[in-house]
Amino acid sequence: MIRPGRMIKQVLQSLFKKPATSLYPFVKTAMPDKFRGRLKYYPERCIGCMLCMKDCPSDAIVIKKIGDKKYQAEINLARCIYCAQCVDSCPKDALEATKEFELAKFSRENLKVVCNEETCRSSETKT
Amino acid sequence: MDRYDFKIPIGPQHPALKEPESFLLTMHGEKISSMTVRLGYNHRGIEKACELQTYIQDMYLIERVCGICSHSHATCFIQAVEEIAGLQVPKRALYIRTLVAELERVHSHLLWLGVAGHEIGFDTLLMYSWRDREVVMDILAMLTGNRVNYSVNTIGGVRRDITAEHIPQILKAIDTLEERTKYYIQIATEETTIIKRLSGVGMLSYDDGVHLGAVGPTARASGIDRDVRRDDPYASYEDVKFAVITDKHCDVYGRAVVRVLELMESYKIIRQILANLPDGPIAVKAPRKIPAGEALSRYEAPRGEDVHYVKANGTDKPERVKVRAPTLANVQVVAHMLKDRYLADMPIVIAAIDPCFSCTDRLISVTDAGKGTKNTMTWPQLHSYSIEWHRKSGIDFSELNKKFKVPGN
Repeated sequence: MIRPGRMIKQVLQSLFKKPATSLYPFVKTAMPDKFRGRLKYYPERCIGCMLCMKDCPSDAIVIKKIGDKKYQAEINLARCIYCAQCVDSCPKDALEATKEFELAKFSRENLKVVCNEETCRSSETKT
Repeated sequence: MDRYDFKIPIGPQHPALKEPESFLLTMHGEKISSMTVRLGYNHRGIEKACELQTYIQDMYLIERVCGICSHSHATCFIQAVEEIAGLQVPKRALYIRTLVAELERVHSHLLWLGVAGHEIGFDTLLMYSWRDREVVMDILAMLTGNRVNYSVNTIGGVRRDITAEHIPQILKAIDTLEERTKYYIQIATEETTIIKRLSGVGMLSYDDGVHLGAVGPTARASGIDRDVRRDDPYASYEDVKFAVITDKHCDVYGRAVVRVLELMESYKIIRQILANLPDGPIAVKAPRKIPAGEALSRYEAPRGEDVHYVKANGTDKPERVKVRAPTLANVQVVAHMLKDRYLADMPIVIAAIDPCFSCTDRLISVTDAGKGTKNTMTWPQLHSYSIEWHRKSGIDFSELNKKFKVPGN
């Protein structure tokens, strides 16, 4: 039957329903398991093959040798497009995509994260 | 031109448009006598950037051609690369690609339904269809990790596998969506607001649709029975049964009907894929260097036929990548559909092709309305123009040209 107001029933029903939206940031939704968030670097596993640097589409990661078989990663969170190709490319699982997505900072400099054995360990103890 | 004729520029920044694009309308009173589309406000030089990066990096760049149909562009590009490399993609990977493609179509069509409702002032429809779209977005996030830019493809297969726990969740979501889609079909066929506002608006006859090269739901709503999924099957569309929806309305209403009915076909395809999902690996190892060759790949994106051309030269970087997004094929149709129509129909007629201007901005062509003169240049013309332009700013290339014997000088 063609007539106006075919959705009115639905609209009135919605008056007595909970809102479809959630109160972010007070209520946080869990990210899916495969979510590609901020990268986590395990310096002890890295062998310095630089495949992650080669495959990164946005030059967001730089691996540097800082000592004998010791490497550090400089990750630019502003350049990173969170495709996690580096995680796939890494032959030793030294990189991992975490579920962390709230990465806003007050300055661009704070988005450049240096990750080596000391800094990574200290950030782990903090969280 | 008489005293009732005037020109209205709509865009590049305009409340009726979601993306920057310029339309210059020549009006006769309240009616549109001609329309000029000026593309290029979203030009990002993606094709050129592709030539500077490796194939793996290009995959993520190509994915960002469009936000809504990111999987379409990525798959279309990957298909071409795989064809050049001669890779045999595992069947399971093809099934997962098809599954993500159909889920993407569901989310894109539900998004369009909301946008169309919004353009005709029916915001209730926008709110409800976008709420239901969240169901499919959550499924996509669960399967691939992200709501948009799924990055599920890799050269030679897919990156993410489906586990047994996912399947019941997807089926449950599809059941919810099917019920909701049936409700929208009922709304579309019974609600006076939609029928009266959309019927007879933006008419495109069968002949004009064929002549102007319309693609996708825009073409199918004019009775043009074309669908790459059936005509030239890619991925695993050969193994699934579905109907190609066409409609005889030839107007915006027909396009709405085609899209909501296509949703039902997508659910059918998703169910078949989940029932027949083969076992096996999800990717084969791909070489970094792709052998020399060229390939053209076709893909039925939610908006229509998407075409990618890739030329490889034996290195790890492509020599040329060309993208023909579906909106580019449809944008000329808009100018035809709006001829002798009222100005107030413009937003919905443009919205009815489901435009994605950032997809389209691969080239610039300037046409003067009324005069019909095209402002395109041949290669020697462009060459001499650039020499003249540099000479004006104080740089003289004439000595260099003599040295290298450049033709035309």
